[in-house]
Amino acid sequence: MSGFLLAQVLTGLANAGALFMVASGLSLIFGVTRIVNLAHGSFYMIGAYIGYSLIQVLPGIVGFWLAILLAGIVVGLVGLLVELIVLRPVYKAPELFQLVATFGVILVFQDLTLMIWGPEDLLGPRAPGLRGVIFILGEPIPKYDIALLIITPIVAFLLWYLISRTRVGILVRAATQDREMVGALGVNQAWLFSGVFALGTALAGLGGALQLPKGGADLLMDFNILTSVFVVVVIGGMGSLPGAYLAAVIISVVNVFGVTFLPQSTLVMIFVVMVLVLMIRPYGLLGREEGAGEHGQVGEPELPFRPATPKTKIWVTLGLILLAMLPLYGSNFTQILAIDILVFCLFAASLHFLLGICGLVSFGHAAYFGGGAYAAALLLTHTGAPMEIAFILAPIGAALAALVVGLICLRLTGVYFAMLTLAFSQLLWSLVFQWGEVTGGDDGLVNIWPAEWLKPTEIYFYFAFILCVGGILFLRHVAHSPFGYALRGARDNEVRAESTGIHAQRLRWLAFILAGTMAGLAGGLFVFSKGSVFPNELEIARSFDALIVVFLGGVKTLTGGVVGGAFFKGVEEILTRFEYWRLAFGCLIIIVVIFAPQGIVGTLRKVYDDRVRHRA
Amino acid sequence: MVRHIVARLFITCITLILLPFSVFSQEPIKIGEINHYKRMAAFAGPYKLGLELAAEEVNAAGGVLGRPLEFIFRDDQGEPGEAIKIAEELITSEGVVMITGTILSNIGLAISSHAAEKQYVYLAAEPLADSIVWASGNKYTFRLRASTYMQAAMLAEQAAQSGAVTYATIAPNYAYGKDAVAAFKKNLLSLQPEAKFVAEQWPALFKIDAGAEVQALERAKPDAIYNVTFGPDLAKFVREGTDRGLFVNRTVLGLLSGEPEYLDPLGDEAPEGWIVTGYPWYDITATAGKAFVDAYQARWDDYPRIGSLVGYMTVQSIAAALERAGSTETEALRDAFEDLILDTPVGSITFRSIDHQSTAGAYVGRTALQDGRGIMVDWSYKDGADYLPSDAEVMKLRPAGQ
Repeated sequence: MSGFLLAQVLTGLANAGALFMVASGLSLIFGVTRIVNLAHGSFYMIGAYIGYSLIQVLPGIVGFWLAILLAGIVVGLVGLLVELIVLRPVYKAPELFQLVATFGVILVFQDLTLMIWGPEDLLGPRAPGLRGVIFILGEPIPKYDIALLIITPIVAFLLWYLISRTRVGILVRAATQDREMVGALGVNQAWLFSGVFALGTALAGLGGALQLPKGGADLLMDFNILTSVFVVVVIGGMGSLPGAYLAAVIISVVNVFGVTFLPQSTLVMIFVVMVLVLMIRPYGLLGREEGAGEHGQVGEPELPFRPATPKTKIWVTLGLILLAMLPLYGSNFTQILAIDILVFCLFAASLHFLLGICGLVSFGHAAYFGGGAYAAALLLTHTGAPMEIAFILAPIGAALAALVVGLICLRLTGVYFAMLTLAFSQLLWSLVFQWGEVTGGDDGLVNIWPAEWLKPTEIYFYFAFILCVGGILFLRHVAHSPFGYALRGARDNEVRAESTGIHAQRLRWLAFILAGTMAGLAGGLFVFSKGSVFPNELEIARSFDALIVVFLGGVKTLTGGVVGGAFFKGVEEILTRFEYWRLAFGCLIIIVVIFAPQGIVGTLRKVYDDRVRHRA
Repeated sequence: MVRHIVARLFITCITLILLPFSVFSQEPIKIGEINHYKRMAAFAGPYKLGLELAAEEVNAAGGVLGRPLEFIFRDDQGEPGEAIKIAEELITSEGVVMITGTILSNIGLAISSHAAEKQYVYLAAEPLADSIVWASGNKYTFRLRASTYMQAAMLAEQAAQSGAVTYATIAPNYAYGKDAVAAFKKNLLSLQPEAKFVAEQWPALFKIDAGAEVQALERAKPDAIYNVTFGPDLAKFVREGTDRGLFVNRTVLGLLSGEPEYLDPLGDEAPEGWIVTGYPWYDITATAGKAFVDAYQARWDDYPRIGSLVGYMTVQSIAAALERAGSTETEALRDAFEDLILDTPVGSITFRSIDHQSTAGAYVGRTALQDGRGIMVDWSYKDGADYLPSDAEVMKLRPAGQ
């Protein structure tokens, strides 16, 4: 038995190797630059592919290890290039805006990898001399696992040395704590950021190359590792390297025991651990509380919201009338497309309300969109209730979910709040995925169609039009109401807001529920327009879709969510018809990010304002 | 003004010259093909090549109903919602007569539900989920490929003959994996009631912790292991399992593991002696099967995968149904698909009217290594008709009135 336990732990520790390297890179990048690098999984993936190609060229034991090292270095150089071209122009943008750019990078890398290495999975080459197993207490342990057990602490030690014993490390640590101060002391922040980004991506590439002998390279690796890496970084504490190591080990070992004693738990386990850790230690195991002044206040100060001018109102009304008359001149499919876009815009607007008005960054907004869709679909499937009743349950169900999640998550702020919302949405996803008897698992729920009277496309179009436009206008109205003012006050200066008698926490909770309700409404409209719902609608990818369009549209403008949503869906609709649409779409996003760092609406308004000022 | 008249005359002349061609060349019959070309590039690519080959052959032979077949290929990004939108566009704006495609079962199910609602014929080419024709089956959906149930039943039959008594299963933790294990259990227990299942492992799809899974399986000390993992999970599982000696002196059954899509990436580490379902294209001598392999290699300078075969048979099925219907009307086409019998590279298949499942079977054999790559030996083709539940059971599985 002791042999068995030891073998379990050793397997866990070996698994922790690649995970730690990728996670420490992400943690380092976040700690210094505050960039949530969504493309980190992509660097891991190209690390594996480049490592694979290098090993084919370099023979022997020395060649093998050299290839792995080189893979890390090459990926680091690619990372440097990405930082210089894509990220450097947007450091001045609102916080978290950079994640839109990294999303573009993901798309570009996906297509480039497919073009260079082809679609087939590559089986990782074996490490020369390390094939087979050795027996420890009678249990077989692969030799390469032993190698990983040795290498990981070495890398961790070197990193620790670099960070805590060198001048570069001092700067990095200083920047992690207070980057404005480091800048004020005359340190060239730009190069510090570039260097850290290159180092972080090199670690991801190294992780990718190191796991080759245990697996290989395939085109889905980038997304497949992303969730676990985020979990590790969050559990360890954002920006903390020892934390990342500890968390990688805990997650890996817990996983190994989970596989043995609770084999059904493979999906849920890490999210349960994540939620538990964050509820007990909100800043992760070894993280520390965020410094003040980090919440969306980078860049130019925000202008107060203006009510729309009469001229704007006329234009918007005309546009809405034109849209409302779509069934008169548009084809059936145009209306379907319009429904899709409207639903997505409402979803984006609900997230924008949280982000822009409340300053709450949710990484798990899909939980309410998909949650609403599932609430309606479940009622319809299991009770055969009329469609109208089921539909109403969508916003209500989402509101209830938001009520509970909001209560727990709002104890945290900033990026930790974001991470906890992510954890809850993942928990919901794994629940729906796993509980096949009720939710249909990944085979989803089908035959969720609207009532007879709603079935004609024109009627459903008007149904969606009224609810989506109404919902969006309502959110806009709320932003201009005293409630909205109070929320913005609490966002910009909580202490002052509280001293004027505003119960900031309760207001935020209400706002969170409102945003959840609206997302649920969008989810309800979605499920009845598609006739089916699958766990995809609860995935991280859906949450990030919404985040990306909000930033793309402009987080500091009222219309950002809607404009971003329409732009994203419209362009996607055109581009996906082409073979290399991901490359084109990725490049387009990157270009928009570089030239419109305030988002589409924000930048257009700036251009317009500048012109007015020049004229005056 | 003069220039204007000259230009007009010119255009009129051109129109007059081209007119006869447009009259004589028939309008093509359009068919919508929705797939995850990017998300599942390794599978959708060969499928598309097989499909294009068959379409070229059909059109070279004069098309169907005197009209050429034209496929409209669209990428759904692996998202069910997108697939529905595209289906809507293809049906209402592009004028396709029916829709086919998809590999992922959830997208197949989404389109199938949409097809029933909007009343068009959907031929689910590759998705394996049993529910497409059973629990969620409907009047407008047909499925070509041998389903999870059928392939699992084929392996259960092999397992019952192997002499193993205790079994462990390992399957990805999602619907396909669960269906595959349930069908295997059901069929094995009816053939060999004394069989015992001593462990069930459920790794997350494409996130397998292979070392831990292998240890857990080893701990249960089963006589036989039933594997449903595939893709990168399979590679990791085989590697760890081989290293740690899991497969020594054990019967291992692998669902789909013999398909070139999964076996080939394993190279010289392909497992030996596993009993698998797959596609031994290199070894097929039957006339129709060989003719397809030769034609495919001649056309694309590459060897066929199982996806290529399915793509090819998809076009054959559609062409046969159109020919039988004598029209492109949905109801006629739907009726034509029921009890449609056609010859394919794997032999004669029938689209059953009882559940709209085709009787296309699968190749079952034993894996071996040859020239540094995995192949199937001692294989035989199993007719799908022999591995479906009784009609009474099927009637119970399908929703009433469908």
